[in-house]
Amino acid sequence: MRVFRAVVVTAVVLFLLAPLVVITVGSVNPSRYLQFPPDGFSLNWYGELFTDPGWQDSIRYSLTIAATSAALAVLIATPLAFVLRTYRIRLAPVIYTLGILPFMLPPIISALGMQVFWLSVGHVGRIENVIIAHAVFFSTLPLVTISLAMETMDRALPEAAQTLGADRRTTFRTITLPLLVPSMITGYAAAFVLSLNEYIISFLVAGFTVETLPVKIVNGLRYGFTPTIAAVAVVFIVIAATTFTLFAIFGNLMKFLGADPEILEKNG
Amino acid sequence: MSERERPTRGAYGVLAFPVAMLVIFFLIPFGIMVATSFYHRVEGAFWTPAFELDNWERLLHPVFLERAVFSIGICLLAGLVCVGIAFPFTYFLTRMRRRAHVTLLIVVLSALSLSEVIVAFTWYILLGRASGVSNILVWLGLMNEPAAYQPSFVAVLLGLAYIAFPYCVLTLYPQLTRLDPELTEAAQTMGASPWRTFWTVVIPIARPIIVAGFLLVFVFTLGSYIIAFFLGRPEHWTLSVFIADQASAQANVPFASAMAIFLTLLSLLVVGVVGLIESRTRRI
Amino acid sequence: MTVEVRGGLRLEGVVKRFDEVTAVDGVDLELPPGKLISFLGPSGCGKTTMLRMIAGLERPTEGRVFLDGEDVTDRPAHTRDIGMVFQSLALFPHLNVAGNIGYGLRIRGAPKEQIAATVEELLKLVSLEGLGQRRIQQLSGGQRQRVATARALALEPRLFLLDEPLSALDANLREQLQVELRLLQQQLQITTIIVTHDQREAMTMSDLVVVMNAGRIEQLGAPLEVYRRPASPFVAGFIGRTNLLRGEAAGDGTVAVAGRPFDVAGGDTAAGDVTLSVRPEAAQLVVDGVPERNALPGTIVFVRDLGELFECFVDCGLDEPVIVAGSPRDWVPVEQGAEVAVRFPAEACVVVAS
Repeated sequence: MRVFRAVVVTAVVLFLLAPLVVITVGSVNPSRYLQFPPDGFSLNWYGELFTDPGWQDSIRYSLTIAATSAALAVLIATPLAFVLRTYRIRLAPVIYTLGILPFMLPPIISALGMQVFWLSVGHVGRIENVIIAHAVFFSTLPLVTISLAMETMDRALPEAAQTLGADRRTTFRTITLPLLVPSMITGYAAAFVLSLNEYIISFLVAGFTVETLPVKIVNGLRYGFTPTIAAVAVVFIVIAATTFTLFAIFGNLMKFLGADPEILEKNG
Repeated sequence: MSERERPTRGAYGVLAFPVAMLVIFFLIPFGIMVATSFYHRVEGAFWTPAFELDNWERLLHPVFLERAVFSIGICLLAGLVCVGIAFPFTYFLTRMRRRAHVTLLIVVLSALSLSEVIVAFTWYILLGRASGVSNILVWLGLMNEPAAYQPSFVAVLLGLAYIAFPYCVLTLYPQLTRLDPELTEAAQTMGASPWRTFWTVVIPIARPIIVAGFLLVFVFTLGSYIIAFFLGRPEHWTLSVFIADQASAQANVPFASAMAIFLTLLSLLVVGVVGLIESRTRRI
Repeated sequence: MTVEVRGGLRLEGVVKRFDEVTAVDGVDLELPPGKLISFLGPSGCGKTTMLRMIAGLERPTEGRVFLDGEDVTDRPAHTRDIGMVFQSLALFPHLNVAGNIGYGLRIRGAPKEQIAATVEELLKLVSLEGLGQRRIQQLSGGQRQRVATARALALEPRLFLLDEPLSALDANLREQLQVELRLLQQQLQITTIIVTHDQREAMTMSDLVVVMNAGRIEQLGAPLEVYRRPASPFVAGFIGRTNLLRGEAAGDGTVAVAGRPFDVAGGDTAAGDVTLSVRPEAAQLVVDGVPERNALPGTIVFVRDLGELFECFVDCGLDEPVIVAGSPRDWVPVEQGAEVAVRFPAEACVVVAS
């Protein structure tokens, strides 16, 4: 059993890390090709990432779309999660299903649907198209996190506020909303990251006019690899790994991912 | 005993915005897509409104059916592979000491933060002839000359397993952390070896979550586009790639729409069926 | 604080149904202001539902609720001028102690100085001076309870409601807080209703006890009266322990129990089947013979000597063993298996059901 464990864990770690290693090596290779062992060490490609106007535009598009669509996603999800969990709405399961359906189905379906939609209304190739498409597609994420937060919130809290003289609006504003903020932030962050990495919707909806980072990378790969692409990936990885490490140090990463603290204690 | 309140007009008003967004930007586009699937495809341009079943008939052609069967097959396989490895991995992970536990979590999460594009690209390199795994094997003396492992079925499978793996782990994680270590200890005091315990205690208890993980990987990989596109030849393409190809390169949106509807129904069917099986065979 | 006595409560024909379950099945109740009243009963008896209807958090399916003579049935909770402590305490986790206590005043737009002054006053009242800036998560169970109390009283409500406020605390702390709450209530003279399933808690703190079962009120009265003169077998069994003896009343004040004559408290009773309740501490062990009246012979099946008190379980041929309890002073040396008699003094035999 011990052997099995060691084999599984090692194999998985190697498997997971392999691409990370490759891409990091590729990003610092001075020459244009990706090779093992690398020619040397150079940070040129990182520099190019920030000076080349093509990349700059892509970065700007991607960040704008991610920031805006994630915000819009939260704006869609919060009222849904709050109302569905607070009131007895007859069509609640239907509405909730509608909320998670776009994300649950293969993205190509939303991508094609959106492409056909914008073509039909004659509003083509604009950045708003992508923003709205992403917002609706990713609204599931904040919907799930915020619904969960509503579910686990002590029902008595808004009631206590009422006994202290707060009407519905005041209760929501002073009690419910502040307590939902963490889950709103989590939903926002998830939608943001996924939007940054998203390809097929961005491509089909406005791929030729608004070149987001993933679209630019894929287009670039068709014509040959540039290490700048690798540099982009490494930046992403570093940001993500740093965020998670900080979280692990200052927060409770295990609990955040759903672990039960009491049982964890038993395991050491 | 507290119940949810009866909805006020204000509540419905608040609900109006999100529901409107979902209806206008999801349901209606979906409806337009359904309509488009009946339209007539015009060469070179887009389409004209019509009502013909040509596109739907094409779904019955062997070319498409083969594509569909292949997609389902490779995604089911990816599900098995992924869960088969992720389950023991997550199980061991949850029993590790804090430092190793958290470090592994960070490794998994970092892999998750890679976009599908990057994953596809790096595996393209790793499995290529120029500077990949085979070069290392040659260097180690285990092979005579480098070989390219992509584009191939295995490459696509590997890529699919890679992107789905972190999600699989995160789905299994909460439940496996809740698995009371005393359960396995009890089994061992009754004489079961760790191996036996794993098969007869841990897996049966975790069965619902294993099924959930499998389902997740299946649906997730069905939707993958880049991996199959980059790491496989057209014969290895999944439905998503096929649809995207028809919609953009082949400029045949009506046919793409028909296929997309088919894919939707397929996804819903699979989820429904597996859910049904799970609830029917659940032992109390 | 306030000395004006408000908070007279009246419930008329109140019924509450949840789908198929009837939680409260027709309650008429009138409670005097300024007193501490307990709603006592087992889980599911409807006491919490009643409290929530008084608070305005549930609407009665039928019936009306009156506060100080006003019909408040249709008024939502935030207009009823009540203060409530919830079972989970429901302290706002994102606010500190002062934020919690001052919440009611803050949302009314009271000036900052007034809020601060009131918060200080209340902290002193519940012995938590200086803890205003603490976060809720840093407080102990007892401290949280006090914050919840202070918060509920901050707006000087006319009614102070508590839903099993001490159930989450350990035994010693619970008893200490019971006394504190009682003293607080007496000092403020505020009408207080406490829901509890712990009859000792109800007995310790209350001016009046409302005993409930299955959605109905079984008895309303002062603690000692409910204890000494239970109105039904349920009340007799729920409050403290008791021996229930079934017999036939002859109609002239005597009751035949297992064929033996008993005189009972309360004089004449109508003829027919009756149930008598005798508290274990009133029963006595007799080792030399069997008295003629108010006694049953039996065999000792179990002796429980707890040091500060003892309990003897005697099988007298009834459905359940008779329990005789007493302090070490009353101890008669007996062992398991001994043949004894149990004497039930007439004044301790209460008719609880006919």
